[in-house]
Amino acid sequence: MTLTQIRTQSKEPEHPPRKPTGATGMRLIVPLQGVVQGRGGLILGSLIPCALFYFFHLYLKRHRSANPSSNPPSPSASSPNLADIPRTASRSNLSSRGSFGPGRASISTRAMSIAKPNDSPYYIGLDKVSGNPYDRTSNPDGIIQLGLSENRLCLDLIEKWMAKNLRDSIVGTDGDDLNINGITTYQPFDGLMELKVAMANFMSRVVGKVVSFDASQMVLTAGATPAVEILSFCLADHGNAFLVPTPYYPGFDRDMRWRTGVELVPVHCRSTDNFILSVTALEQAYNHARKRGLKVRGLLISNPSNPVGNLLPRERLFDILNFAQEKNIHIISDEIFAGSVYGEDEFVSMAQILEEEDFDKNRVHIIYGLSKDLSLPGFRVGAIYSYNENVLTAAKRLTRFSSISAPSQRLLASMLSDASFIEEYIETNKKRIGNIYGLFVEGFRRLGIRCMESSAGLYCWADMGKLIPSYSEKGELDLWDKLLNIAKINVTPGSACHCIEPGWFRCCFTTLTEDDIPIVIERIRKVAETCKSPG
Amino acid sequence: MVFKLNNQLLSKIATGNGHGEDSPYFDGWKAYDEDPYHPTKNPKGVIQMGLAENQLCFDLIQEWLKNNPKASICTPEGAEEFRDIAIFQDYHGLPEFRNAVAKFMAKGRGNRVTFDPDRIVMSGGATGAHEMVAFCLADPGDAFLVPTPYYPGFDRDLRWRTGVQLIPVECESSNQFKVTRKALEDAYDTAQLDNIRVKGLLITNPSNPLGTILDRETLKSIVSFVNEKNIHLVCDEIYAATVFSQPDFVSISEIIEEEVECNLDLIHIVYSLSKDMGFPGFRVGIIYSYNDAVVSCARKMSSFGLVSSQTQHLIASMLSDDEFVEKFIMQNKKRLATRYSSFTNGLAQVGIKCLKTSNAGLFVWMDLRRLLKEQTIEGEIALWRVIINNVKLNVSPGSSFRCTEPGWFRVCFANMDDQTMEVALSRIKTFILKNKEAKMSVKKLCWQGSLKLSFSSRIYDEIISPHSPIPHSPLVRART
Repeated sequence: MTLTQIRTQSKEPEHPPRKPTGATGMRLIVPLQGVVQGRGGLILGSLIPCALFYFFHLYLKRHRSANPSSNPPSPSASSPNLADIPRTASRSNLSSRGSFGPGRASISTRAMSIAKPNDSPYYIGLDKVSGNPYDRTSNPDGIIQLGLSENRLCLDLIEKWMAKNLRDSIVGTDGDDLNINGITTYQPFDGLMELKVAMANFMSRVVGKVVSFDASQMVLTAGATPAVEILSFCLADHGNAFLVPTPYYPGFDRDMRWRTGVELVPVHCRSTDNFILSVTALEQAYNHARKRGLKVRGLLISNPSNPVGNLLPRERLFDILNFAQEKNIHIISDEIFAGSVYGEDEFVSMAQILEEEDFDKNRVHIIYGLSKDLSLPGFRVGAIYSYNENVLTAAKRLTRFSSISAPSQRLLASMLSDASFIEEYIETNKKRIGNIYGLFVEGFRRLGIRCMESSAGLYCWADMGKLIPSYSEKGELDLWDKLLNIAKINVTPGSACHCIEPGWFRCCFTTLTEDDIPIVIERIRKVAETCKSPG
Repeated sequence: MVFKLNNQLLSKIATGNGHGEDSPYFDGWKAYDEDPYHPTKNPKGVIQMGLAENQLCFDLIQEWLKNNPKASICTPEGAEEFRDIAIFQDYHGLPEFRNAVAKFMAKGRGNRVTFDPDRIVMSGGATGAHEMVAFCLADPGDAFLVPTPYYPGFDRDLRWRTGVQLIPVECESSNQFKVTRKALEDAYDTAQLDNIRVKGLLITNPSNPLGTILDRETLKSIVSFVNEKNIHLVCDEIYAATVFSQPDFVSISEIIEEEVECNLDLIHIVYSLSKDMGFPGFRVGIIYSYNDAVVSCARKMSSFGLVSSQTQHLIASMLSDDEFVEKFIMQNKKRLATRYSSFTNGLAQVGIKCLKTSNAGLFVWMDLRRLLKEQTIEGEIALWRVIINNVKLNVSPGSSFRCTEPGWFRVCFANMDDQTMEVALSRIKTFILKNKEAKMSVKKLCWQGSLKLSFSSRIYDEIISPHSPIPHSPLVRART
């Protein structure tokens, strides 16, 4: 744009421009000269720069609004409706860092991925049940919950214990008076020593007293959920990976990955191996991860397995330890179902192997909790047991975000220290689970549905492959949907657990009584009849 | 063959110092841990005055528990609820718990506002709440503005695992450390220049460590600032019910109800029962957000720090007892006021002033500037080490709160009984008087030629000495 063009575009109605002479031309170009050369020049000399300024900004503004990736041009006016943030908003925010002024006050990108409605059948099923839960008397047509691995079989034992041992359990007694001093104040974030000692003893009994656990190697957390996340934060950086044998607990996708930015690489296990991890599969998965450029930091196993319910044999544990040593990675062993072993097979804890054999202990970390074995998920008690001092130190510091409430610690320390109660509880628990398992699996067998051989856990791993319309994930989800909405049974489909073979479903039975089982079987039968694949 | 795992196999988070335990704030704690005061067993030990804990109203809680055995599921009266509570793990939390907390929050604000129980999300203490809010609002590399001086724990809670940065907004004693619009703008502009994206502003009201409340005008100015910049506002109101004298506490929730031009999606409150009720051991943290997406996201994240259902049940009963709550709040304020005035009067007797606008919190913001040998951070740390090691009080130096002016100290007074407070006061008085004498004699000696004051070398001795339990503070390192 030359100055003459500006001159023709500028609107100066109050001062019609003089006929451009050479002198006036100079006065326009050099405002100072205009000022010096008298009144007309003064006016022109001050107006021209203003006009220039105005047009320059108009030019910029037009350019800015034409740019499709920019933010709305008026930064202060709009009050953004965050409910309909377009997916591109986050990207545009990133690209317009600081350049166009304040971006939309969105939530973080990781929050946006979480805020999406749950699309995993695992969570959808849980939500549906809470909206219409089955109750034998008040809501017999409700949805029966077989999707939450919760143990309600032995709550009566705990209630009995409570009735006998009350006052001392939450508030200590100081003479005859209740004394809450000591539980309301700040406590060590990684748990009271008295609870750690009690947990160590409990864990030892749970594995059959073949191992002793050291309370000083334990860090307590508000449930096993933060325990897994804390280990993930300690052992891996953002973008690193863990190997996880499939099928695995759907919650790991959330607990290990959400906030940590860690990836989970599946290690596929097959029904031909009874879904037990093989070294070949481990090697394959490890190499696959390497090819993708992922740094593998560890292997996460659950033993007893969730959702299958089988136990890793001793030799396989050796293989895993060797593999970890060779690749220089960690092992996280989630043993939260250790106290739910009802079958004949022997449960071998990682701790036992480490005590008996000469493996590098520093890379093994065990997760435990009271939600499954002691039926107390509400109290939020989890534990990290590690042989690695550095991991313990780091984990201790991180427990400040997830500490167990002090009154619950007191109560449980008291309960777990009662040796005879614990003995009775563990034995009775196993028996009752075994009993219900037997009835449940028999009921399935009569329907023609076989369950994978399992000896632990609060669930069975059922093969409904014959009932699915097509041998695919879609077919499996069709059946799942029918079971949820027609039969009104919530089970967890294998695809939610990343199982590579379609048709498997996890069915938890420890929230049922013996009387509920025929009802469940009958409902499934009705749907099974309609699903029998032709010929 | 066994080969040892080394530290390189741990994550950066595990091996870094994001935990903040290298700061002087924690050095004092370590000194206390090694030599804790006890009235009979260790009367010469270090008195803990660095922990903002409210222990003044235990007796009221105890009495209530005694009279309400049904509230605890561990009593014969309450045992019938045990089963349902023990298996309750829904991250929405017990409805009665949320209702009770909403009511309590309203009461703590004089019932001038109401809170919606469905917007209440649990977390593992206020520590967990802050981290969760940071995870929800900001991505790694984003920043929050925080007025100084601020609670040192923010450096850890908001930054460690989240990767978020904190940008200080400097406040000065010349105007009682008020948060000015200019300071906010300056900090924001600095961030812009450094190409750092600011996602929000975090204010603590009532303030820790100042013990002051933000007045209506400042709050309105802050609200208009965040709306203008389109950034979030996180208000930590954890000390809301500890305001023990005039002026009255004004919550952000009151301002946004009056203020027409506020985008509610920007406003989030962090709360907890640790300070107001004195229950830090219960780990009850609350996030209250006016933004639905944040509530939804935080609720899912709360799985990492749910409050024990047993505690929820107990709190629900306690906070639903209107009569008890009102009596508690009133008594709490009274006792805090009494303790504050006896403490500050005791200090005044030896000429020590505290921030005069303080009317809340569990601490005083003590002005020891005139005692510093040099008006620098080193001078402050030197004085602080003397207070820890000679006077045997664990107080918190202003530099650990990022205070730009050296010489201020936060001293907590609500975590002890009256006798211990008297002991602490007498130690302070003795120290001040001795210091005055020393100054007088030093002045005399000064005239007698060059007397090398070796205070600075004393700092090095303490750090380099192999017997020193206190690790080399990075703050001191920075200047040398």
